[in-house]
Amino acid sequence: MNQDPLLIAGRTFHSRLWVGTGKYQNFEETRKAIEASGADVVTVAVRRVNITDNKSENLLDYLDPKKYTVLPNTAGCYTVEDAVRYSRLARAAGVSDLVKLEVIGDERTLFPDTAGLIEAAKILIAEGFVVLPYTNDDPIVAKKLVDIGCPAVMPLAAPIGSGLGIRNPYNLKIIMETVNVPVIVDAGVGTASDAALAMEYGADAVLMNTAIAGAKDPLMMATAMRYAVDAGRLAYKAGRIPRKLYATASSPIEGML
Amino acid sequence: MKIVVNGEQREAAESLTVAQLLDTLHLRSEQVAVEINLKILDREDFLNWNLHDGDKIEILSFIGGGSPT
Repeated sequence: MNQDPLLIAGRTFHSRLWVGTGKYQNFEETRKAIEASGADVVTVAVRRVNITDNKSENLLDYLDPKKYTVLPNTAGCYTVEDAVRYSRLARAAGVSDLVKLEVIGDERTLFPDTAGLIEAAKILIAEGFVVLPYTNDDPIVAKKLVDIGCPAVMPLAAPIGSGLGIRNPYNLKIIMETVNVPVIVDAGVGTASDAALAMEYGADAVLMNTAIAGAKDPLMMATAMRYAVDAGRLAYKAGRIPRKLYATASSPIEGML
Repeated sequence: MKIVVNGEQREAAESLTVAQLLDTLHLRSEQVAVEINLKILDREDFLNWNLHDGDKIEILSFIGGGSPT
């Protein structure tokens, strides 16, 4: 798949499956799952360090910076101010200007507050951040985010962690046709077929966490997702046959007795 | 002097720098962000930045995260 790289803001990515690092039993399981997924972009959250436990390890010790692009998110931020503050802290804690911007609107659905998202994105882009926004499956909002300078958009498939799969494929398709930047379907994927479908629709990449980390066997699911994303991408590029109501024989009639 | 680190009050020696504080907490400067009284420090400033009585210090790092939980 290396002949089919994903380009975002001058960066080249070789995997179209991006994964989160939350909800694993320990860092070793996290590392193995990421490796099995083949992802080269991994999302992380920014939180207070544990200052009482001297032996607490750091996730970064398990993520080889030569292999992975660390993409900090602003998960848990419900206001523009918090999202901007956490983005700045992420930049200070890390090495790049990349941020997966989330401004969450509601605790129950974790749907994005798209008005706040656009406002926060404007502030951060002016400060030189490369903003990858977690957004709703709303083509108008996606267009606005691109217009203000986001080099990709990350619309949700379904609520975070819900595993419901793609709830509104038509909106996602409209987003893909509307914006001229990569579309990364983020959140809501439940199993491999969901990821394959997203790619078949024309998504440029899929980001997931719970679908892998929450599976009974996370490593096996990570492998399944890797194949699903590759299969979906290849099917998209190969071009599927049109749907028809009636049969078309694939064996010739000629030569029959 | 008294300082507050990640919401926890601590007694600290006078003329303590940020780098020294990180050292006593066994934290590596290249893995953390430090915010003092809401101002985010540049990593290059850790070495020479003196803490003052009453400073509120936040030390943050990357943890596992998604798709948030």
